[in-house]
Parts: sequence; structure tokens; C-alpha cells
Amino acid sequence: MSFDVYLNVAVGGILTGLVYGLMALGLSVVFGVVRVVNFAHGEMMTIAMYLAVVLFSQFHLDPLLMLVPIAAVLFVCGYALQAGLINPFITRPEHSQFLLLVAVGLIIVNSLLIIFGPDARSVQTSYAYDSFQIGSLIVDASKLYAGAAAILLAALLFAFFRFTLTGTAIRACADNYTGAQVVGLDVKRLYALTFAIGAACVGAAGAIMTLIIDVTPMLGPTYTLLAFVIVVTGGLGSMPGALLGGMLIGLTEAFAGLLFTPSAKSMFAFGILVLVLLFRPQGLLGKRLA
Amino acid sequence: MIARFFGGPSPRALLLLGALGAMLLVAPFVANDYLLTVLILILYFAYTGQAWNIMMGFAGQLSLGHAIYVGLGAYVAALLFTRYGIAPWIGLLAAIPVTVACGAVIGFLAFRFGVAGVYFAILTIAFAEFARIGFDHLDIVNASAGLFLPVAQYAHNDLWRLRGNPAMFYYVILAATVLAFILSRILMTSRIGYFWLAIREDEIAARAAGIDTFRYKMAAVMISAAVTAFAGVFYAFFYNNLFPEQVFNISRSIEIILGPVIGGVGTLFGPILGAFILTGLAETLNSAMLHFGFDLPGAKQVFYGICLLLVVLALPNGVWPWLARRLGVREGSR
Repeated sequence: MSFDVYLNVAVGGILTGLVYGLMALGLSVVFGVVRVVNFAHGEMMTIAMYLAVVLFSQFHLDPLLMLVPIAAVLFVCGYALQAGLINPFITRPEHSQFLLLVAVGLIIVNSLLIIFGPDARSVQTSYAYDSFQIGSLIVDASKLYAGAAAILLAALLFAFFRFTLTGTAIRACADNYTGAQVVGLDVKRLYALTFAIGAACVGAAGAIMTLIIDVTPMLGPTYTLLAFVIVVTGGLGSMPGALLGGMLIGLTEAFAGLLFTPSAKSMFAFGILVLVLLFRPQGLLGKRLA
Repeated sequence: MIARFFGGPSPRALLLLGALGAMLLVAPFVANDYLLTVLILILYFAYTGQAWNIMMGFAGQLSLGHAIYVGLGAYVAALLFTRYGIAPWIGLLAAIPVTVACGAVIGFLAFRFGVAGVYFAILTIAFAEFARIGFDHLDIVNASAGLFLPVAQYAHNDLWRLRGNPAMFYYVILAATVLAFILSRILMTSRIGYFWLAIREDEIAARAAGIDTFRYKMAAVMISAAVTAFAGVFYAFFYNNLFPEQVFNISRSIEIILGPVIGGVGTLFGPILGAFILTGLAETLNSAMLHFGFDLPGAKQVFYGICLLLVVLALPNGVWPWLARRLGVREGSR
């Protein structure tokens, strides 16, 4: 195989990986602040994917334009979920939180199954088969748009946490729970807001993802796991880490699909996770563990 | 040992235990085949829940990938049986070292490098997923095409080769569940049980008190893996087919966890009670839907999820501690 093939696969993998990164960013934000592991993360993404598919098939609305309203819907859902269900659980043991979110995930997957059935749904945009050629490099238009949208949204999120007052307040909650309460922050409300932001993030990622893959109800658990692998690889709670982890996993999957067999690709992602956990348990860009 | 074993629970608890035991012993004579299969499923989850509970409930190490031990145990025994005609009980002797070795590798990698809590849980998932995809591409175990055990009508039960009717399988898993319960009881009140308790409650303090935490955490993983191996052997010979996609699936790991968490983590009766509640609920739903001709894929799971949610919200410590108080029995729940 020539160098061109590798280059094409690498670029495709990185672009897909950026969308993975955006999805994982949602999980990372929630874990970094609320310290709750969202085991229904991938399931939330499938909700967004189905919204995008329905909007496209009914009204021919492009997923890239619809990602804003879809993210808004997920934002509201996320806020309600945290305020209503998860807040009482933040001081409970991990396995208890785990079970709560597994139950939420179970309800989401099977509600989608009831509504949409088990068949895969996809979005056929007008540019689905377009591609750009730069020299010997051929890039799918869908993947390029998807990757660009993911970067843009991630940049917005960074800016929000870095420069806005609310973003700073949320970071304060993440750094020191008691300290944040002492200075008068409404931690419970900020937690709900954080979860909402995480949900909006995964909602936007879901809308973008429909450009790249088909959606089935059973996709949820798989992507929950993938998001975990990415976040742990990049470093739990580290936002650039999630993007980096996403790109790394996207690359690994692309090359595993090329050199071995596509069905074995996630095995390599898990292999990377094991390596990272062994040699750098805090993740590539994570802070040292206590 | 025997005195200590019976010394703990109150007479009332022993009475309840005796009544439950008697009911379970005569069940095959009164239950039809369907009900018996449900009971087998319940006991299977009680058994695996008990095994998981040793690791999480006693030693505080959260495993979300217990399907890997079930799967390895199942594949080792099934492979030996189909290829060389080796009886499952001998196969079990081979399966246990394999699962223990696997548990040792996971434990060693995690505990040596200070991987703990959520990270440890995710590592266990990663290994189970790794095994699932790996076995899916491994030709020696027929890859994704699956491994099948010969099925035939058996005139009489062959306990040695685990070929027979549901009643035989029922007694086998009942005996295993009782043994797992006794083992848990012994472990809980033994020296190692107290070390585990110390590690679970405060690992740093435990280490400061001179407990070799690495060693005892390893012991917890390895014992739990060894106990789970039998569940795999049973699974293989009861269902007669093995697909990596099913055996190693993360849903299997979650199913194992649900029972003890619903029943009460760290208690002896929790895993058993949880298995009865969950499997009972699922099967009741099944037959209710069948009865009303209401066939909507996913509807059962949604209801199941809602019930789960309600239990988790209402009884955070599980059902058993609450029920035990109601019944006026005290079990060494930790």
C-alpha cells in the first residue's frame, strides 16, 4: 500500500476522531465537575442522532444547521436529569450512581427501540458523496464538515469555561466543592448547568455524527464505552485531553480497520486504554492523581 | 468452623433460611418446566451475584466486567468437552486456573499502578470488551460463528457430563448457590474478611495499620474470578451454545451486578434476594405481556428500567437491609 492510502486513512480517522472528541468532551465536563460518571452518555447521543434523522427525513433540514436546536433540546434534558435525578446521588457510592444511570440508559435505548424499531437510519445529505482533492489526498466532504463543526464547538466550549463568569464559577465547583459553597455559589444549580452543557455537547456531537455513521438504538452503550475510553485516554477532566484522546482513538480505529478487519477496530481502542491506564493512569493530558 | 458458621445469625434468620431452603428443595416436584427454568435463572444470578459481591461488597473493588470470567470459564470447559470429550467437572479444574490468572493479570496491572475507583471499573470493562472482540476473531473457538455443544434427548441424567433435564441443572445450580453462600459467610467472618472490610472502608488507613492491601485486593479478585468460573461452565452446559457477542457482552456484566446492588451490596442475602426480585420481575413482565398479547420490542426493558430506577431511588442500600429490619432479623450486613 502506498503512502497516499495511509495519509487518506489518517486524515479520515482524525476528522472522525474530532467528532468522537466532542462527544467525549461532554462526558469529561460532567465527570470533571459533578464527579458523576454518566453511564447513559452514548444513549443521550443516540437521542440527538434520532432527532437529526427525523428532522432531516421530515423537513429536509441539514444536521449541521440543526445541531443548535438539537443541542438546546439535550441541554434542557440534561438540566432536568441532573436537577431531578442525579443531584441527590452525588454523595452516594459509585456503584449506586452507576446503577441509576444504567437504568436511565436502559429506558432511553428501549424507548428509541419502541419508537423507531431496530433498523439502522441514516441521513442522506446532498453532499454525502462529495469529496475534496488536494494533491493525492482525498477527503470526504461530510467528514471535513463534521470535523470542522466539532472543532468550532469545542473552541466555543473552551472559551465559555475560560472567559465567562458562569464558566469560572463551574470551574470553582470542580476545584473545591466546599470552597465554592463557602463563597456562596449555588453548587446544585451549577451542577445541573454543567450536566446540561455536557448533554448539549453530546447532542451537538450526535447531530454531526449522523453525517458519518448510521444510527440504531443499540448504538448507545457502544458509544458510552467509546466515550469512556477516549476520556480516560485523554485524562478525565481535561478538556484538551478529550479532543486529543478522540483523535487518537479515531486514528487507531481507522488504521485497525485498514490493516486488520473493521470489526476488530474497537479492540485496538481498548488496547490503547489498557496501555494508558498502565503507564499514565491520569491520562495523556490529565493532572496527577492524588 | 461449624459452630462459628451457625453462631452468627439469630434463630429467626435460621428459621427463614430453613424455610427458603425447603421450598427450593421441593421446587422441581411442583414446578413445571417453565417455572423451573426461571428458578434456574434466578439461582444462576444469585450465584454470580454472590461471586461479584466478594470483590465489590467485601473488598470494595468495583468490577463492571465480570462477564469475562463467565466467558472464559464457559469457553474453557466447552472447548475441552467438544474437542476432547473431557467432562465439565474436569473442565472446571482447568477453567478455574484460567479465570484466576485473568483476574490476577487485571488485578496486578491495576493495583500495581494505583488504578482505583472509576478507573479500575473502566479497566475491567475494557478487558471484557477486549475478550469479546478477541474471541469474535479467534478461530480456535469458532470465532463469531459460535461454539455448540451436542444436544440430544437424554434418557437419564448424566451428572458427570452435565447432560440431562432441567431438574438436574436446577439441583446443580442450587447446590452451587448454597456453597457460594457458605463460602461468602466463611470469608466474611474470617481474618481476610476483616482485612477486606478495612480496605473497603479506608484503604490508606488499612495500609497504615499494616495490612498488605495489594495482596488482599489481589486475593479478592482471584477468589471472585474462581467462583465465577463455575457459573461459566454451568452457562455453557445449560445453554449448549456460546457466542462471544453474547457471553462477553457488557450487558451480561451489568446483569451480574444488578442483583447484588438491588438486594444490598456487601450483604450475604442481598445477591440472592436481588436475583429473585429482578428475574422474577422480568419473567412476570414477560408472561403478563404474553397474556395480554402485547408484543412491543423494548417495552419490557423500559418498564424494567423504570422499576430499577424506583428501587435505586427509594432504597439506596438495597432491599435486603430494609427487609431484614422489617423481618426483625439481623444479618452481618456491612
